[in-house]
Amino acid sequence: MSLKGKVALVTGSSRGIGKVIALKLAEEGAKLVINYPVADEAESAQQVVEEIEDLGAEAIALQADVTAMEEVKGMVKEVKQEFDTIDILVNNAGITRDTLLLRMKEEDWDAVLDVNLKGAFNVTKAISRIMMKQRSGRIINISSVVGLMGNAGQSNYAASKAGLIGFTKSVAKELAPRGVTANAIAPGFIETAMTDQLSDKVVEQMLSVIPANSFGQPEDVADTALFLASEGAKYITGEVIRVDGGMTM
Amino acid sequence: MDTLEKIQEIVVTELGVDADEVTPEASFIDDLGADSLDIVEVVMAFEEEFDIEIPDEDAEDIGTVQDAVDYIENAL
Repeated sequence: MSLKGKVALVTGSSRGIGKVIALKLAEEGAKLVINYPVADEAESAQQVVEEIEDLGAEAIALQADVTAMEEVKGMVKEVKQEFDTIDILVNNAGITRDTLLLRMKEEDWDAVLDVNLKGAFNVTKAISRIMMKQRSGRIINISSVVGLMGNAGQSNYAASKAGLIGFTKSVAKELAPRGVTANAIAPGFIETAMTDQLSDKVVEQMLSVIPANSFGQPEDVADTALFLASEGAKYITGEVIRVDGGMTM
Repeated sequence: MDTLEKIQEIVVTELGVDADEVTPEASFIDDLGADSLDIVEVVMAFEEEFDIEIPDEDAEDIGTVQDAVDYIENAL
């Protein structure tokens, strides 16, 4: 129970990797805020809350669109009312709008940058003062190996994830004197609902470039987030940890 | 409570210094040991308390407690 008494906010945690991260932090005793973007997700967010309660931990679900500063501020206020503080922030909310540059619409670019990058800015800004004041905090940004190496058809996504890395390092420098760390995780191919839809041929091609010869699991990302959130990671900041089975070393 | 007293109270809370150190002549950086992040926090606390906006370029000119009093009284 290494995170007993800590309060963690994971954006976009009603499903996918965010959900697995939230459950992992809760297993270690953290109180969780399950953030979700739209009313459609309310039910799945509530299910995550129930799963966490079954683990014997506390959790609340809060709807807030991370691209809207006012909604983010409202969410942070509610968290303060409910749990007094925020110790751990995981900026996980992310979307894709994949297409080749030639076919990419301005809306595709804006939507991805808004959620993946500006969303992280909004939430980090809103909680940074709380962490600075308490002289401790952990900010964990979920980037991607695509932000490090690029990927055809994902220029918007790659730009947002590379942007997150620059953002992480700048925040790390600004907040380090206050005991607040900021790190990024760059997952490679992680088995999710998204990768389940790929054809055998594409899967085979992908595996051929991964030395570990398998896709990662959401738990691999969650374990890394748990480590970065832990007391043991207090001297690590501005770091980007790849969780990719050796794909991009 | 006048502006100076309010400012002194905020500075004591934000910087964790003793009240008698927060004289009008005291420099935030040289006398009160504030670093750049502390200054931002103090300025944000002023903004909240007095419901004003202090742009970065103005904040740079606030060196002492008296500077803050003058700026805020002027802005109110």
